[in-house]
Amino acid sequence: MTNLFILQLLNGAQLGVLLFLIAAGLTLVFGIMDVINLAHGVLYMIGAYLIATFAALTGSFWLGLLLMLPAALVVGLVIERLVIRPLYARSHLDQVLATFGLVMIVNEGVKILWGTTPLSVPLPALLSGSIPLIGPLQYPVYRLAIIAAGLAVAAGLYVVVNHTRIGMLLRAGATNRDMVSALGVNIRKLFSLVFALGAVLACFAGAIVAPILSVDTGMGESVLILTFVVVVIGGIGSIRGAFLGALLVAIVDTLGKTFGPILLHYIMEPAAAGQTGRMLAPMLVYILMAAILFARPQGLFGQRAS
Amino acid sequence: MTTKTKLLASTFAALAALPAAAQDLPSANDGVLKIGLIYTLSGPAGALGTQARDGFMLAVNQIKEIGGMPTEIIIVDDEQRPDLAADKARELVARDQVDFVVGPIFSNILGAIHKPVTETGTILISTNAGTSGYAGAECNENFFVTSYQNDQNHEVMGAYAQKQGYQNVFLMAPNYQAGKDSLNGFKHSYTGGVAGEVFTELGQLDFSSELAQIAAFQPDALFTFMPGGMGVNLVKQYSQAGLTSIPFLSAFTVDETTLPATQDAAVGLMGGANWAPDMDNAANKTFVDGYLAAYDAVPGTYAMQAYDAAQLIDSAVRSVGGDLTDRAALKAALHKADFASPRGDFSFGNNNFPIQDFYLVKAEKRADGKYQTAIVEKIFDDYKDNYADQCPL
Repeated sequence: MTNLFILQLLNGAQLGVLLFLIAAGLTLVFGIMDVINLAHGVLYMIGAYLIATFAALTGSFWLGLLLMLPAALVVGLVIERLVIRPLYARSHLDQVLATFGLVMIVNEGVKILWGTTPLSVPLPALLSGSIPLIGPLQYPVYRLAIIAAGLAVAAGLYVVVNHTRIGMLLRAGATNRDMVSALGVNIRKLFSLVFALGAVLACFAGAIVAPILSVDTGMGESVLILTFVVVVIGGIGSIRGAFLGALLVAIVDTLGKTFGPILLHYIMEPAAAGQTGRMLAPMLVYILMAAILFARPQGLFGQRAS
Repeated sequence: MTTKTKLLASTFAALAALPAAAQDLPSANDGVLKIGLIYTLSGPAGALGTQARDGFMLAVNQIKEIGGMPTEIIIVDDEQRPDLAADKARELVARDQVDFVVGPIFSNILGAIHKPVTETGTILISTNAGTSGYAGAECNENFFVTSYQNDQNHEVMGAYAQKQGYQNVFLMAPNYQAGKDSLNGFKHSYTGGVAGEVFTELGQLDFSSELAQIAAFQPDALFTFMPGGMGVNLVKQYSQAGLTSIPFLSAFTVDETTLPATQDAAVGLMGGANWAPDMDNAANKTFVDGYLAAYDAVPGTYAMQAYDAAQLIDSAVRSVGGDLTDRAALKAALHKADFASPRGDFSFGNNNFPIQDFYLVKAEKRADGKYQTAIVEKIFDDYKDNYADQCPL
């Protein structure tokens, strides 16, 4: 049981860093630009499709990853210019409608461009295989690499946000947007930068998860809701909050999925226990969110609205 | 009479005429054989329906005129939506007046189109879904199945696990009706112990938490039913997690629709099937070589079963000399199943479900670099489903 616990902690950490990569962009866009972007999951999907295409073209995962990053930046800038920018002055409802429409358009576009059959990305040879943990237990090297990559990005973001001029503007923007604008900062440029950064992070998440999952339309929607939970728990606009929120949500989710049914097995038949456990696991995340919001309505690291 | 009431009256008259029109269906005997194909051609499971359609069209192209008659094929996509499928099936029967409806892939779609098609007297041939109800008490003289009864592939794997003397098998399936049926089918022929029984969310793509449980329990074998994209992900992650030393027994998980995506990760994994592309007989050679030449892909059971549906229709229509008005004779001719199936032995039971052999198959890499399943051993000979006795036919 301890072994299982350790394995599931690793799985939770892996899901957590993925959620963090997606949530980091979302929380900045939401916190600084005050835009609710339902299409953020779409960027995650685009990242996966981009690497599938580039990896197939170049025959190398690493080259694919390298080509994917500038392409993701372009995608982010184009979406910001065409769809998001006209929405800044509009109400949240308009933003939800427009970005939801964007989700549908991009999903259909992807189907037209790449077809309906799920694509697959081969594991890079360097990171394939698994390493022994304890006894018969093994853990895939690639999933460890995802954890490492996520932590590295988190560290990089920490340095940028806390120790650079741009990071200072980001933090200031999340706290009080109008004041930043009044101080003579080109807020439009800052918005473009924030959105593009978020897009690159989400695309990166989609790209590194592609060798584990099949690349499919609709993969974005599956993570979007959890990502919003992360953003709300962590506090809107806070990168640190997104990081801790993502790990918290992922570990609660993973452990709940496994140990929920196991505990329930003692009192129910397997199908019912599985069913109840499955229903309980996603609920745990929302119960956690409700509890945190009850204690801290602004989230773990959110700025209290003035 | 005002215009409004006139309009109302004529609407009622038109509505009253509708059931009468339905009575006249089917068999617009216009000298053309019309067949409607209804498959899931888009969405995550679109690959399955595409294979089935391609298999059917291969037979059409090889035979040229099905049943010796000019043939018209109408293809519709059910989008894996039962409501839409029911509407499309009604359109095929009422508007297009087809003589046969062939399809679908999914059991819930079959449930939606079965009544609208069979109640008009049109013949429905399922080339994949074979739910227990229609095999047993609800069997229908207008309904034929060229695939299997849904439980059978799972029973094959259960019988194999039993034969291997496994004592401790880990069971995993998605949490929906077919998933539960699958595990019950497995247990029907397996009496050993169960290490764990996990029902996953339908559409789940990351199995890390389930694989961790398998790694912790170290069972004698894993039995799983993970159709479509779920299976692709499971197979890739299973090999990434280093679990391949635990035998992987499956149904509808490792087949020619998922192998192009899983590739080497699936090699050596086992499944149960009523056929495999490497079977050695003349009919199979014609089928597999033809399919490879036409679509540059290895056919799976979905394609084979649809191919057989076309052969079945051809044999029956020829035997009645193209007379589609004598429904009783046509059904009797269909029931004879007088054609050479790529799978070898094939006949219909009293419930119009097949009686056929079942095999253990294993995924392998072909000499041409493509992947296929290959027969390991025969598990059941002339195997009949468990529900046929409840069928009054």
